Amino acid sequence: MSTAPQPPTSDLRSRAEALGQTLPPLLAEAEMLASTVMMGEHGRRRAGLGDEFWQYRPAHQGDSVRMVDWRRSARSDAHFVREREWQAAQSVTLWVDPAKSMSFAGDKTRAPKADRARLLGLALAVLLLRGGERVGLAGLASPRAGRAQLLRLAERLSGEAAGETAGEDYGAPRTEGMVSHGRAVFLSDFLGDLSGIEAGLARAADRGVKGVLIQVLDPAEEEFPFDGRTIFESMGGTMRHETQRAGDLRTRYLARLAERKDRLAGLARAVGWHYTTHHTGHPAQSALLWAYLALQGGR
Amino acid sequence: MFTLGPIGFAAPWLLVALIALPVLWLLLRAVPPAPIRRRFPGVALLLGLKDEEAETDKTPWWLLLLRTLAIAAVIIGFAGPVLNPDDRAPGTGPMLIVVDGGWADARDWPQRLEKIEALVAEAGAQGRPLALLRLTDAPGVVDFQTSEAWAGRAAGLQPQAWAPAGFADWAQVLPEGSFDTTWLSDGLAHDGRDALLSALQSRGEVRVIENIRAVHGLHPPRFEDGKVVVSASRMPAGEAGSVEVVAQGPDPAGIERDLGRVTLAFAGGAATAEAAMDLPPELRNRITRFVLEGQRTAGAVILADDSLKRRKIALIQSGADEETLQLLSPLHYLRQALAPTADIIDGNLRDTLLANPDVVILADVAEIGGPERDALLEWVDNGGLLLRFAGPVMAASDVSRIDEDPLMPVRLREGGRTVGGAMSWGEPKALAPFPEGSPFFGLTAPPDVVVREQVLAQPDPDLTERTIAALDDGTPLMTRKVIGGGQVVLVHVTANAEWSSLPLSGLFVQMLERLAVSTRPARPEAADLSGQIWSPEVVLDAYGSASDAGELPGVEGEALAKAIAAGPSRDFQPGLYAGADRRVALNVMGEETALVPAVWPQSVPVDRLEARAVQALKGDFLTFAAVLLLLDVLAALWLAGRLRGIARGSTAVLALALLAATPREAAAQDTPAPNDDFAIQATTSVVLAHVLTGDPQVDELARQGLLGLSDKLWQRTSVEPMMPMGVDIETDELAFFPFLYWPVVAGAAEPSDAAYARLNQYLRTGGMILFDTRDADLAGFGGGTTPEGQALQLIASGLDIPPLEPIPLDHVLTRTFYLLQDFPGRHQGGQLWVEAAPDAEAVAAEGMPFRNLNDGVTPVVIGGADWAAAWATDDLGVPLVPVGRGFAGEQQREIAYRFGINLIMHVLTGNYKSDQVHVPALLERLGQ
Repeated sequence: MSTAPQPPTSDLRSRAEALGQTLPPLLAEAEMLASTVMMGEHGRRRAGLGDEFWQYRPAHQGDSVRMVDWRRSARSDAHFVREREWQAAQSVTLWVDPAKSMSFAGDKTRAPKADRARLLGLALAVLLLRGGERVGLAGLASPRAGRAQLLRLAERLSGEAAGETAGEDYGAPRTEGMVSHGRAVFLSDFLGDLSGIEAGLARAADRGVKGVLIQVLDPAEEEFPFDGRTIFESMGGTMRHETQRAGDLRTRYLARLAERKDRLAGLARAVGWHYTTHHTGHPAQSALLWAYLALQGGR
Repeated sequence: MFTLGPIGFAAPWLLVALIALPVLWLLLRAVPPAPIRRRFPGVALLLGLKDEEAETDKTPWWLLLLRTLAIAAVIIGFAGPVLNPDDRAPGTGPMLIVVDGGWADARDWPQRLEKIEALVAEAGAQGRPLALLRLTDAPGVVDFQTSEAWAGRAAGLQPQAWAPAGFADWAQVLPEGSFDTTWLSDGLAHDGRDALLSALQSRGEVRVIENIRAVHGLHPPRFEDGKVVVSASRMPAGEAGSVEVVAQGPDPAGIERDLGRVTLAFAGGAATAEAAMDLPPELRNRITRFVLEGQRTAGAVILADDSLKRRKIALIQSGADEETLQLLSPLHYLRQALAPTADIIDGNLRDTLLANPDVVILADVAEIGGPERDALLEWVDNGGLLLRFAGPVMAASDVSRIDEDPLMPVRLREGGRTVGGAMSWGEPKALAPFPEGSPFFGLTAPPDVVVREQVLAQPDPDLTERTIAALDDGTPLMTRKVIGGGQVVLVHVTANAEWSSLPLSGLFVQMLERLAVSTRPARPEAADLSGQIWSPEVVLDAYGSASDAGELPGVEGEALAKAIAAGPSRDFQPGLYAGADRRVALNVMGEETALVPAVWPQSVPVDRLEARAVQALKGDFLTFAAVLLLLDVLAALWLAGRLRGIARGSTAVLALALLAATPREAAAQDTPAPNDDFAIQATTSVVLAHVLTGDPQVDELARQGLLGLSDKLWQRTSVEPMMPMGVDIETDELAFFPFLYWPVVAGAAEPSDAAYARLNQYLRTGGMILFDTRDADLAGFGGGTTPEGQALQLIASGLDIPPLEPIPLDHVLTRTFYLLQDFPGRHQGGQLWVEAAPDAEAVAAEGMPFRNLNDGVTPVVIGGADWAAAWATDDLGVPLVPVGRGFAGEQQREIAYRFGINLIMHVLTGNYKSDQVHVPALLERLGQ
């Protein structure tokens, strides 16, 4: 076993793969979208175009002779047609918030929110790619299938991590490269201006994209464990707020946070999306499982 | 120096700075704590929130108070505060230190010595010449010297066991010129002290330093109603309290023990207290001293002399059951004379001898039966005093008529004689003066003591020397014979007033005392002591501990009597003084001695010894300020909300500090006892052990031998022993070891009984011992001609060893691991002895190479091949002792290792290899 330092790319990828290994291949149920339907490995539970055997049916009128399965037919008097299961693949677009606010960690022992968001995103990508889906990064990589795409995604995400200082304080979802009627996953803390988020969601909904909002928060943001005279600054330093007694602000802050969550949940419901909050203090697996279920059941 | 109560200040002007404190208060109040900058993404949600209370930007009052206090402490600290400032003006001129140095000083002597040393140092610092005098010494020259000269001598100063005296003489020898005096008094009044005090006052200032702790003294005990009454005095007579009096003395084994203990309760304001101690005579006679517990002075110790001892006296008369008038009883006068000072045992002879009396008095007993006679004779021979009185029965009997009875000092003539009676001529006879050499010499016989009737002694050659009292016509009245360590005394008259008026006189009592039949009255009178030289046996020091008197000269009785009345002094040290036949104690406290507090004239300043020393408080105040500032830091952090992050680190620091401060005891409790270490070491794995013989060379070789064998076992077998251990069979637990190697050394001591018990237990429960005489078996087993062989016989004599035989060729030892026929060590060809086969007639089955001897691991293997030497390797595995020559020698060493491996296998697997005799039968049964 080697203890040599590994490049961050392979580190992130190996952690994501490790996380993704514990779930069965995620079978995202694609909705009927003719333009984006691609042959994939996802059984549609009905006859159609695909590689997997689905059923034999008696040959009807109009079936071409080519379609008759002669080997089956030879065992009986009737002619049978071998039908295959209809298989389809989804395009899933990930957006992982690259803004500075994501680099916050409330405690030295906890990783920044961005780390967790990227990990979750890539783990989802691993699962989806393993299931044959096409996964892309909004604005960074167009959806593709295959293992090579996984490497590419990991590279992009890590590159994003390296360049995080260049970003803004709070991020808004990007919708470039999003495939119509595909799926999308937004990973962010959603603490910035709500209008940007609303706009992003609206654009996505316009294209018929459905997906999930995962709000990644640090426990410190949930608990507000501060006291005393404090000047709060945003991560980029563009916003600041001074208080004499931070402890007095706690209840009001928490009320505002709850209101923000309600707004997000309402937005998601309005466009048929799913919304959850994930804390970096909790294991990532629960969030991954939730996202798996949400993408599967998002019809 | 400016003082405030008990505190003085070296630089009081600095205190003015305290005025600035209110200004500081206002200044500090305006400065709020600095804010923390904190990066927090949630700030987007905070925007627009207002603080509920706006005035918290002022420092809270308690923080202000903390800071003000810290500043005040700093100011006060630098002002140089001093507790109990010494504002005495430094004196000039010579200084004299007077110490009482009596027994009452002893308990607090260290404090006094400290004070003396402080005074000496002070004199040295002021450059004053110094003299130091101890009032218990003989008055001598007082000369002033430098304090350096005194510093060494003062440290060695000790109190004396008597009270200070000779004040007038001291006043005479005081040097001329003026000097100041510091008098360390013991707090007791002493006669004549004022003479010295006024002489000192005429020379200069006198300052007195006194003890305020109570002084206790123990008075000599006395008898009252058969109990020992002890009393004690105290000074001052303060609140109610109690002290314990312990009676100490040797137990029958001669060890000093507390024989009795009683609590003396002082009522409030009472100077004396007393209590009775009820002790059985056996214990009471053992008491050597009474001690006031917790008082380490000579006054709290009373040495018990003979006056406490009460002798046990058996009174026996002939025909004890006869009913006679009380006054006619032969024992009546004896009883009257003895009862106050002795314990009287009644009963028959046989029973009373069992009580081991000091004296047996037989009043008119003639014949003594066989067994009783023997017992009585033996008792006298062992130091008993048999006192016999004559009487009608004895006069009429044939006792000691023809041959001298062993229990009679003289032969008696038949019938005795009567003088001065109605039917006889002559006057009743008076007593002659007691001759020199008689125990009664010095007593005067009153003229009215007359003898009317007596038994007569036969004029034998040694009658004269046996006579200790005679009548004025020379007829023996009392005769004495020494038997072994004891003696028989015959009084030729009756013990009642029938034959003589002797029992009615005071002389009778005195004679009994002189014969040591009864003890003296508690207090020795001057007359008792005079005429003898008393030599000190034991002397007390001031702390009340007794020591041998050594070369101290003897003292005259008269002087001793005076000293007992007046209390001990330099010439009469307290202690035990031995005379010819008794011992007298000279104690510090007499019966009448009272402890009177010293009263000093108004003109003399009196200080307490316990007065607190000058103590600089600067450091304390500055430390306090530092602590306050630390608190301020913490409080400021807490106010600013920064304590949360720091808390973790500071907790660790605090824990570290506490850990460092934790006393070592806590750690000590966790370490297991050494015995546990031994057990853990011995039981972690298989450990070979050797018995420590006390010969370091042999022990080291045995250890190295077992080390070599352990290595070989580790390499070749599945037995993986740990480092071998040495075992002391006297102290160590043997049960941990399956195998003991015992190199027998010449002249080895026999193990103790306890060690034998454990060795036998070890052998019975499956242990094995390999005895190695290391003598190449020159003598052969049982020959015992080599010293080692003899030592082995000595050791083995106490061991539970079964019958032995030379190892048979088919013994299981020959095949437990290797097949062996020879068992060499460093020596070759010796005989090896093992437990004899239980069934000597067993024969080998057909086709089997060995007999069917199934059970039993031999508990001992005995030989002389010096195996340890052959096995011995150093830590690197290199053999240490050459064996044989060349390759043949190495081969021999290899066989020796194989023997060792076989032996350990035999120990660990028992007769497992022997069981293989059944293998053919088992295979057959399995159908092979």
